[in-house]
Amino acid sequence: MRSSAMRDMMAITARPEVISLAGGLPDTSTFPPEAFAAEMHRIEKTAVAEVLQYGPTEGSNLVREQIVEVMAAEDTRVDAMDITVTTGGQQAIDLITKVLIDPGDVIICDAPTYPGAIPTFCSYEADVRQIEMDSDGMRIDLLEETLETLEREGKRPKFIYSIPTFQNPGGVTLSLERRRRLVEIAREKEILVVEDNPYGLLRFEGEPLPTLYSLDGGNYVVYLGTFSKILSAGLRIGWLVTPTPIREKVVLGKQAADLCTSTLTQDFAGHFFQSGRWREYVAELVEIYRTRRDTMVNAMAEYFPHGATWNKPTGGLFIWATMPDVLSSQDLLAKALSRNVAFVPGPNAYVDGGGTSSMRLNFSGVKEDEIIEGIRRIGQVAREQLKLYETMTSTDEMRLPPSTPPEEDAS
Amino acid sequence: MKVALLQGGRSLERGVSLRSGQRVTEALLDLGHQVDVMDLGPDLVGRLDSSRPDVAFIALHGTEGEDGTVQALLELLDIPYTGPGVAACKRCMDKSLAKYTLRENDIPTPDWVTYSEAAIRDFGAASTFAAAVEQVGLPLVAKPASQGSSLGVKVVTDLEQVPGALITALSYDDRALLESWVSGRELAVSVLGGETLPVVEAIPTESNAYDFEARYEIGAASFECPASLGEAETAEVERVALGAYEALGCSGFARVDVMLAEDGPQVLEVNAIPGLTETSLLPQAAEAAGLDFEAMVQKILDLSLDR
Repeated sequence: MRSSAMRDMMAITARPEVISLAGGLPDTSTFPPEAFAAEMHRIEKTAVAEVLQYGPTEGSNLVREQIVEVMAAEDTRVDAMDITVTTGGQQAIDLITKVLIDPGDVIICDAPTYPGAIPTFCSYEADVRQIEMDSDGMRIDLLEETLETLEREGKRPKFIYSIPTFQNPGGVTLSLERRRRLVEIAREKEILVVEDNPYGLLRFEGEPLPTLYSLDGGNYVVYLGTFSKILSAGLRIGWLVTPTPIREKVVLGKQAADLCTSTLTQDFAGHFFQSGRWREYVAELVEIYRTRRDTMVNAMAEYFPHGATWNKPTGGLFIWATMPDVLSSQDLLAKALSRNVAFVPGPNAYVDGGGTSSMRLNFSGVKEDEIIEGIRRIGQVAREQLKLYETMTSTDEMRLPPSTPPEEDAS
Repeated sequence: MKVALLQGGRSLERGVSLRSGQRVTEALLDLGHQVDVMDLGPDLVGRLDSSRPDVAFIALHGTEGEDGTVQALLELLDIPYTGPGVAACKRCMDKSLAKYTLRENDIPTPDWVTYSEAAIRDFGAASTFAAAVEQVGLPLVAKPASQGSSLGVKVVTDLEQVPGALITALSYDDRALLESWVSGRELAVSVLGGETLPVVEAIPTESNAYDFEARYEIGAASFECPASLGEAETAEVERVALGAYEALGCSGFARVDVMLAEDGPQVLEVNAIPGLTETSLLPQAAEAAGLDFEAMVQKILDLSLDR
């Protein structure tokens, strides 16, 4: 289980004066109240008894049909029968892990990976191996090395978990070439890939890339989706697309967990998607998030210290930033919290405490003025710490080796 | 009785405080008291003033709750409160001041030096690090001067690690201590109403650094209560702990953290408002003394009204 110290520190972020860049919240403030009222009115007139009742474990037919439509918007064709509706994407991660992992089994995932997946993997006692990413996503050469190492150890990973598009927390997208290679490796070695795609439709620019599921045809790729980022996180609706033998186990696992996902919210979401209004709503969200991403990137350029690096994601909700390596993001968080601003420190996205100087910053759930102010405060705290460190290490009595070796004189 | 239960606050120990508060609230309700739960915020004084509780139960940890800020407010409002008074809170919360006070009262505590961020930043204090390390010895522990719990604590084994460790410690407070690392058995002596409760020994399960994690997570450290100590050892540990409690002017209750080294007990710190969660050490010690959680809470209330 992850650190309780962190959980306790994060308790402060619930206070109203704190600007939290730590969450993964969609902006739900622009959802039209009249659309909400219309769905509720329809339910009131036609479906009260139904929505107050249990539903099928695998999910309502309406929602599953709509999921087929949503996935088609990313050129991914699935059979509604292969879909299991889950209580949020988090339950999809939990169920697939529960079904596939015995203690000690290996899971391969991105480094850094989704911080919320780590407690799930750890609670099923998986042996988690992380593969570094670069600006093109998971490094497939390192994946192949790891697979070879595992083979020598006599181990076979149960699955490779990856968020190929607008990765959380890295913000990067797996290139087409690597997507093809990853799917090839899965087929060659008969290893499952769990493709988690919560953000694919939140693209700010550039051409969409095919999902791993569509490249593979659903043979070795299990697909996780969610309505949390394109409609509402509060409705708690996600899904899994799996081959039949796995689906049967997933349904059994879900039965044990909660029998079915809320009938009421499925009815709401199903009809909202059926109306087609979601396309317009997602387009609005993309506009909002693009502006916020730009605001954050500009603020970072203005306020972050020299030596800090970050990416400019072409979609999704997060930016991954790395401070000069003498700074620890956990220390920085403690200090930032005293100035009422929060972020997710890098080590939360690693099983082995990596990412010590990095942080995940969310731009989707925070208004522009707060993004600027939050980034300004983080930058200020980082500069103060850097200055203090320099002061400490530049005195004659306390001279330390520089953090990076000086360049050799070539002459 | 009408009790205002103060919990939460803005310190990094907010999460622990909420758990302490929840557990105490349950106990107060079981005892038949009327409980008004309050978080620290702009409405605090207004709420206290309008509800006029018979007593305020302070289940706050860390800055503002444990450093005398809230206590001073309650005195202004003339509302009795649990735990130590303003001055004792200040002395306990500031580890450096606490250690000076202990030394003045001949209570053993490990050697230390204190650095403020300002001294390092503005007055060239970094040039004294080597001398400080010589004085304190290695290994040493760098820790923020005023955090409860073990947040921001780092063990230093080499002079070159001092700046990094100080950056960490100074992330939690504007002053930090470099304290001599004393090896020994880690004991917690809880004091309730001026009397010591059975000594608890923390036996870390994974590493030898007893950290924040171990302090609040069931199973991360195992505790033995009463600690298996000889009669003379117990008496000496209790004498030192009670001496620390009195020297710092505590009242009601406190938890004294003691390292039992080869050459006797050394006081590391005194927690003015120790944790009151299910797994906290004061409740464990009270339990060993035959006081269940409810009885302990009632006793803490009674002590606050006797003052």
